[in-house]
Amino acid sequence: MIATTTRHASRHASQREIVPATQSRARVSSIGARSFLLEAPGEFDLIAQRRIWALSQTVKGWTDLAENIPGMTNLLVIFKETPEDPDAVVTRLLEAWENAQSIDLNGKTIEIPVTYGGEHATDLPALCDLSGLSDREVVRIHHEATYRVFALGSAPGFGYLHGLDPRIYMPRKTVPSLKMPKGCVTIGGMQTGVAMLTGPNGWNSIGFASLQMFDPTSLTPAMMAPGDTVRFLPARIEL
Amino acid sequence: MIEIWESGPFNTVQDLGRSGYRDIGVSASGAMDPLAVRIGNILVGNDENAAVIEVQTFPFGLRFEQRTVFAVTGADGNPHLDGLELIPWCAYMAEPGQVLQLQQPPRLARSYVSVGGGLDIPVVMGSRSTSLRGGFGGNAGRPSVKGDRIALGEDLEIAMLPATGLAVVEPAAALREVFPAPIDGVLPIRALPAGEHDLFAGDGEAFWSQTWRISSRSDRTGYRLSGEPITPTAAIEMRSHGVVPGVIQVPPGGEPIVQMSDANTAGGYPKIAGVIECDLWRLGQARIGARLKFVRSTHAEARAVEQAVARYVDDVRQTSGMVKRALKAMA
Repeated sequence: MIATTTRHASRHASQREIVPATQSRARVSSIGARSFLLEAPGEFDLIAQRRIWALSQTVKGWTDLAENIPGMTNLLVIFKETPEDPDAVVTRLLEAWENAQSIDLNGKTIEIPVTYGGEHATDLPALCDLSGLSDREVVRIHHEATYRVFALGSAPGFGYLHGLDPRIYMPRKTVPSLKMPKGCVTIGGMQTGVAMLTGPNGWNSIGFASLQMFDPTSLTPAMMAPGDTVRFLPARIEL
Repeated sequence: MIEIWESGPFNTVQDLGRSGYRDIGVSASGAMDPLAVRIGNILVGNDENAAVIEVQTFPFGLRFEQRTVFAVTGADGNPHLDGLELIPWCAYMAEPGQVLQLQQPPRLARSYVSVGGGLDIPVVMGSRSTSLRGGFGGNAGRPSVKGDRIALGEDLEIAMLPATGLAVVEPAAALREVFPAPIDGVLPIRALPAGEHDLFAGDGEAFWSQTWRISSRSDRTGYRLSGEPITPTAAIEMRSHGVVPGVIQVPPGGEPIVQMSDANTAGGYPKIAGVIECDLWRLGQARIGARLKFVRSTHAEARAVEQAVARYVDDVRQTSGMVKRALKAMA
């Protein structure tokens, strides 16, 4: 296991990101007996994620698979039964990864109005300290970027957004906020997103969005889907 | 209908879980002791996945408003029907107006009340389980409270129950060979090393060798374990990835968290191990303060345990079906 410096990532990112041992080989590990996690090698970028999306499409055709959950440049596959030969599963997954052609998902564009700063931006001062930027610059850098939904997870409808400017990278907190409100606009490492539930949260809040993004009674409960494009619109800036 | 007569803060409607929606961030939820739910449902003549009440805060009571077949499985909750002592893991008939009461079990954590026809609860995203975090599913997405009335599904087998009840040898006894009892009060839980196990170096060995205690900050989402903290050799932060119940993550403080039924669907903490699925019900029945030790397992062993459990469940299903059909034929 080595940590490699990614081209654009900041000094902090290179220290904290865990990267597979080589740049060319994916890594497969198991969680319990039925679930296997494939982690793409190399950089945390759209190129790797497009191959993860392709791999996800491939494994959907596997009849012995119960679920597959795309993550951030990784894919968790859950088999219906504990495989007899776990090594064969690893080989099969790695082969599917090698053969996975990059695909792009045709997503929609979602615009999320945000109140930057204010009472919910509890971690903005710390982010200014870490980055050496003013709060205004942090906010501008955050809303000027265009993000892609890489994956959903952690809470119902929560989208992991890629495209954060490395200048406003901030690691997850060592001690999570105990009751971060639903709607907080947050940064966790090189990822950003909007909290979907009020509760413990290790990400760093810089603003608030009140858009409803999950409805369990809908045929498509989650507003976001992998491949979607997200823009944050500064509805208000309270600094 | 049944009416909740008495309840604590964390008793919920559960089935075997809401699988298939992890990719949009929805936890599976479902009973903490799915084996008890399967057996309870088989005893009362339901599909194994029918909705039941998971009782984890005691005392608990409910009142039957119609003739109902019911069974109490899981924790030894000292069930009483109108004050008459019942045995757990046994299907009985209740008459309208009778009250079933459960007391704090002496050893285990969770009791399950299954009723003939199942709880008639709307299916949300493929399941009747309560998602407490999401606030949906089950009984309006919240725990049961005194006065709740819950409709029951149609019970097609109600006439087939033996008058004296229908009991089963509980899994802990029937499957003693595959689920070893606690040794000196320490519950053995089988797990496989997971992705970042080797990054813990010597602390990885300490993870397997020490006795952990289930801390009071534990619930259906996860069990926090207290013990000698373990830390990886370098500060690491993972890219967010899917997780499943049973995953044992180690946050920076060094005390592991085992994700349970309401597990997050994604995580980023280093994973030291993953509990094999067949042992999760034993954790689900372990109480705050209980001590446990992780035993390194293999895929082959996990399969063997799964097969033994499947044989036991099949046996219960076939035997109870035979008894009921024989009684019906004699009637």
